[in-house]
Amino acid sequence: MQKGYTLFWLLPALIALVIYPIVTNNVMLRETVFLILLSITLSISLNIILGFTGYVSFGHIVYYGIGAYFAFYLMYAYKVSLIVSIVLGGLVSAAIAFVLGQAVLSLRGAIFAIATIGVNEAVKSLINNISILGGAMGLYFDFSIYDNYGGALKAIWLSYYLMGTLTILSVIAAYYIKKSKFGLGLFSIREDQDASAVLGIKTKLYKSLAYATSAFFPAIAGGIFAFKAGNIEPSGAFNLVKSIEMIVMVMLGGYGSVAGSALGALFYEKIKSILLVMPYVKDLHLAVSGLILLIIVQFAPSGIVGFLTKYFKNLRKVLE
Amino acid sequence: MLAYVNAVISGILIGLAYAIAALGLNLIWGVMKVINLSHGAFIAFGMFAAYMSVKLLGVSVYTSLIPIFVAGLIVGIVAFFVSLYRVLNAPELTTLLSTYSLSLILIGLGTFFFTTNPRAIDTHLGSITLGYSSISYSRIIVGLISLFLAGTLYLFLFKTSLGKAIRAVSQNPTAAKLYGINTTLVLSISFGIGVAFASVSGALIASLFPFTILSGGVYELKSFVICVLGGLGSPAGAILGGLILGLLENLLSLKMPVDYMPFIEFSILVIILLIKPNGILGRR
Amino acid sequence: MILKGTNLKLSFGGLVAVNNVSFEIEEKTIFGIIGPNGAGKTTLFNIISGVYKPQEGKLFFKDKDITNFPTYKRARLGIARTHQIVKPLSELTVIENVMVGACFGKKNYNLKQAQKVALDVINFVGLSTKMFTQAGQLNVAFKKRLELARALANEPEILLLDEVLAGLNPKEVDSMLNVILKIKQNGITIIMIEHLMHAIMKASDYIMVLDSGEKIAQGSPQEISNNQRVIEAYLGDPKLAMQLVGAK
Repeated sequence: MQKGYTLFWLLPALIALVIYPIVTNNVMLRETVFLILLSITLSISLNIILGFTGYVSFGHIVYYGIGAYFAFYLMYAYKVSLIVSIVLGGLVSAAIAFVLGQAVLSLRGAIFAIATIGVNEAVKSLINNISILGGAMGLYFDFSIYDNYGGALKAIWLSYYLMGTLTILSVIAAYYIKKSKFGLGLFSIREDQDASAVLGIKTKLYKSLAYATSAFFPAIAGGIFAFKAGNIEPSGAFNLVKSIEMIVMVMLGGYGSVAGSALGALFYEKIKSILLVMPYVKDLHLAVSGLILLIIVQFAPSGIVGFLTKYFKNLRKVLE
Repeated sequence: MLAYVNAVISGILIGLAYAIAALGLNLIWGVMKVINLSHGAFIAFGMFAAYMSVKLLGVSVYTSLIPIFVAGLIVGIVAFFVSLYRVLNAPELTTLLSTYSLSLILIGLGTFFFTTNPRAIDTHLGSITLGYSSISYSRIIVGLISLFLAGTLYLFLFKTSLGKAIRAVSQNPTAAKLYGINTTLVLSISFGIGVAFASVSGALIASLFPFTILSGGVYELKSFVICVLGGLGSPAGAILGGLILGLLENLLSLKMPVDYMPFIEFSILVIILLIKPNGILGRR
Repeated sequence: MILKGTNLKLSFGGLVAVNNVSFEIEEKTIFGIIGPNGAGKTTLFNIISGVYKPQEGKLFFKDKDITNFPTYKRARLGIARTHQIVKPLSELTVIENVMVGACFGKKNYNLKQAQKVALDVINFVGLSTKMFTQAGQLNVAFKKRLELARALANEPEILLLDEVLAGLNPKEVDSMLNVILKIKQNGITIIMIEHLMHAIMKASDYIMVLDSGEKIAQGSPQEISNNQRVIEAYLGDPKLAMQLVGAK
């Protein structure tokens, strides 16, 4: 595909966002940005299977949860180091996604969607019942684990640096996938799966790889957050609302666009922060997200980026 | 031994109620090739409508079934125009997200008004005893009503002109249009019927088990499993699938905690998708 | 002999779509397939490109048995096709569409090489003015050219054309026929399904006639237009048949 300039502005902007709380040493700002970075990472990752390949993954948060539990358990029971744990969590999650993908991605998008809806429920019910993983109560760190990282305070900053790095890596990865031959294949599959197969694309393999990649980054994020929180339990790790938010963010920003996912995450977090302080609206979180999604799907299915590039064609090269 | 008999009978009875839910999903898929992801939300809607009728209006849950059906029909038709009418010819992704957003709105509003506290309806009907175990009358009534509804749907689809129109559109929308059938009318009514069936099944289930605003999701998953088992597009398959699931659930619950059910159902779903994606009786 | 099918059979439920069809196609020729609607022509294409598996019979590509090869593998071998109802990758641009063909075809090019190949093919079929247009926004004639371009970008040895002339006006038909002949000159074997009689009679070296899933005749265009059974099944009017012979 042709040369694009998206990363030229997106990367510096992200780096600036990450550095800002570090430079000002502002803990509250750090926490806010922490959540924004998580949203961006989740949104960008989901876009790989949703926007690039055209398969809606409901309940995608399950990979965040799997990565969180796996990494947490390694640190908790086997005292494995943070970075090794979270990366292993990422790989395990990706492997599970790949295998599941081989099973259900060969079918139409709608059937895949149904399968993913079941996934979250299924995993949650499983984990609620397995006692090694703490069951419904979850697991808690012995806080002495943080001593290995220079104490609790330093450990939290470490988590922050890792999250920032992860977000930036995920954006770069998503962008280069999109511009690669693999990405071209994915977009082709999205447009017409049967034609893609006839043209020589190994559709099943490509779809599974996309799905695995989309699971990898959320899983690592899960590990980071579990480490930071010091505890883990099913409803936090497999938070269905986050799954829903991921979809809304991707569609809001513009599915298929890396910049779109980042923008969508930012916009959504901003809207949320405004709404959550309004008295009645805050309990209507779910309903409002649903309404946003409905409006986007009915009237602006290509999201913010689609809207902008329709009226300002020159923006196409910077909003990929 | 008697526990097994009880499980089988219970399984069949509840299976019929599940079948009614699945029939709603099935009809919508058959007619407009849309998977209604707000299905669970409407099941919850039916549950709470039944609850409110009993608690606020003092009506018996069975009497409330008719107004719930009608309400479901009307709400369904409105929902069709709000979320699907404009995007019927868009890629599949769009309709999935459309109905999904509907479910978010509904469940969001529902959580706001009803909170996630569990509710239950007590029908005060007592039960029949079979040796050491018993089957509650409410289960039997649920089974009978479900059979009645399934039969009525069959008669409607095969013996009325509107029903024939619906079948025509589901087999070949273009040809149906050329024959002068008002496809918009057919599609909106089909969606309405689908939602009505979901709502009524919710009311029926509410008469048997406690529920929360979030229970819809659990039954939505069951409906999916049933439709995939029986074959999307085959009403007979939905009934067969419902019975199988009901039986399976009740027999398995003798051996393992009910918490594992969603995991088992999901596994069944994946296995069927792998071996026989068109279901036992399905057509593509 | 580049492609051979022996006793191919495929039914859908009770309907036998392709019944005991055998054929042999010589390299670098244009092989025409004609027949009334519903004769099984597109189904046969689907069998050749791997979309359907035949219930009986075998398919050979240069003496290799490819009957059970998955769809994508056939493109890698060098079998490309266009579809009767075009399948553009709507939200991708024309050049991106054609690059997909180039990337995943026989030569498995990387993006840079694919772009070069795509440019050449786009010029060849006459789509240069539409290079950066989204495929979904093209009119039917251009969409058909795109379909052809994408298949050519595969750099195939066999090109399956399914009613590529349908819906074109006479001038467009002539222009497309010229392109097809040029493709043949480049050494590609072409299998064509067509309803436009004079076109397919003019272009083909050899023709097979299908009716209700069975092969009812094969031969040179001259032999086909004189064939009584073909005339009855398909051409209908003997006078028309005579005209067609004259047209060759």
